[in-house]
Amino acid sequence: MSKRVAITGNEAVAEAMRQINPDVVAAYPITPQTEIVQFFADFVSDGKVDTEFVTVESEHSAMSATVGASAAGARAMTATSSQGLALMWEVLYIASGLRLPIVAPVVNRALSAPINIHCDPSDTMGARDSGWIQIYSEDAQEAYDNLIQAVRIAEHPDVLLPTMVTMDGFIVSHGMGNAKLLNDDVVKKFVGEYEPEHYLLDVENPITVGALDFSDWYFEHRRQLADAHTKVKDVVLQVAKEFKEISGREYNLFDAYRLDDAEVAIVVINSAAGTAKTVVDELREKGLKVGLLKIRLFRPFPHKEIAEALSGKKAVAVLDRADSLSLMGGPLYIDLRAAMYDSPGPRVKMVNYIYGLGGRDINMEQIAGVYDDLMEIAKTGEITQPVTYLGVRE
Amino acid sequence: MAELLEIRWHGRGGQGAKTAAILLGEAVSASGKYIQAFPEYGPERMGAPVLAFNRISDEPIRLHCQVANPAIVVVLDSTLIGKADVTAGVPEDGLYIINTNLSPGEMRKQLGLTGGKVYTLDATEISMETIGRPIPNTPMMGALIRTSGLLTIDEFVANTRDRLEAKFRPDIVEKNIQAIERAYQEVQGEE
Repeated sequence: MSKRVAITGNEAVAEAMRQINPDVVAAYPITPQTEIVQFFADFVSDGKVDTEFVTVESEHSAMSATVGASAAGARAMTATSSQGLALMWEVLYIASGLRLPIVAPVVNRALSAPINIHCDPSDTMGARDSGWIQIYSEDAQEAYDNLIQAVRIAEHPDVLLPTMVTMDGFIVSHGMGNAKLLNDDVVKKFVGEYEPEHYLLDVENPITVGALDFSDWYFEHRRQLADAHTKVKDVVLQVAKEFKEISGREYNLFDAYRLDDAEVAIVVINSAAGTAKTVVDELREKGLKVGLLKIRLFRPFPHKEIAEALSGKKAVAVLDRADSLSLMGGPLYIDLRAAMYDSPGPRVKMVNYIYGLGGRDINMEQIAGVYDDLMEIAKTGEITQPVTYLGVRE
Repeated sequence: MAELLEIRWHGRGGQGAKTAAILLGEAVSASGKYIQAFPEYGPERMGAPVLAFNRISDEPIRLHCQVANPAIVVVLDSTLIGKADVTAGVPEDGLYIINTNLSPGEMRKQLGLTGGKVYTLDATEISMETIGRPIPNTPMMGALIRTSGLLTIDEFVANTRDRLEAKFRPDIVEKNIQAIERAYQEVQGEE
């Protein structure tokens, strides 16, 4: 087994890309691009990968070139962040609509205005309906592991969907922590050769890509897209099982932390989950029955499994590092509430905390305060404020 | 939670606070412990006050919030004293290592400290005499290794030499190692 190293999230993800050794990487090389592409460019110029590396003039072009390469039959990747993902917008839908298994790491950073470069998953939350699979990561280890698994998930014949793997900007992308990297040959064998069934450069079997598709067939093709998403869950679990065999590390649709016997729980995503787990441990030592559910697969949303895991809890708080401006709370909360509508048993009391926008710190005291609120709601059955902005100057 | 050591580095943009935190993190990680190393993510301007942090533990570290109560504070630039709040959140028995030509007793008075431990070192002079440029981060790492007992100086020098060799010419590496070793010897504690 490989040894533990000190590494930043960006370095770990770039290493995963080097080991995946994609046929094509197309990326916009300057801000808001991350160090991932800079490190990968080093691998290209040092001859450590066989990748055709295409530097383009915008993220719109980066995604377009990646779509072209993938349609041609290549294993194609790109990477971006924040405004870069926003500029890819139009082409994100094309990638999923054409069922191209592109894999892209995305570093979660806030969207302008005001100008801010710091951590906040508003970028990928906004892309939640684009038809991409979304997998979120707590730290560098998970970002590395998820990216390697994403190749297998995206390219699975039952799935064929583009997949983004995210991690928190700066906190994980630039912060150094520990991770265990797999050996090159192990990753190479795990991801295997990409053998697309239909592709443009297969001259023996010519196909049309990007055809006009009016009211006669468009609906059926979009319905197929939804159908493909129903297959994702099983594939994610199967790939996780195989990944555990090579890594010893366990992944699921989500991460249930001390949740089984918990009376109250926090649902959270990305790096704040680590801080919250530490709070759970401290409160458990005081005998409080608190737990946590960390979202991993956000699109498609494993709503049934999540509802089962949270059913019977007395109160649940969903922590969102993004706002939806629906005035019904953040994107995670809205999905969670919808999922819980059909959960078995009595209605679970749910509240939402929007925190940390633009990289604002969330600390242990604040999270402990959320658990205090939950225990009060559990006791009284009363919710005084469904949506709270946590740690903001009012 | 297992014993967690937190360190805060105060410097000015360009003095290498982040680099010091990363080099320390890499060396401590190589010794088998778990680490984090990260800067405060603010505007990065030459000369502006900056912070960097380390967390060190025998167990995996899951915290992803800022460091609020560091047991060790390293100040790379004494002109920050009185401007940056270097004692903020530090426990009563905290350890301070400050780049200054003042004695630990004089620095203790300036900081208004009653408890804890204060060490001083003229890291700027050492870096001028060894490296030839005022880069205090390298010698301050030597002082930290001596006063914290985190690693032996031999372990630290061996690991840091590897890291520096990947980036710098052999003569530059040697000068940096000299600065670390001199600082290790010359750091002053209180009587």
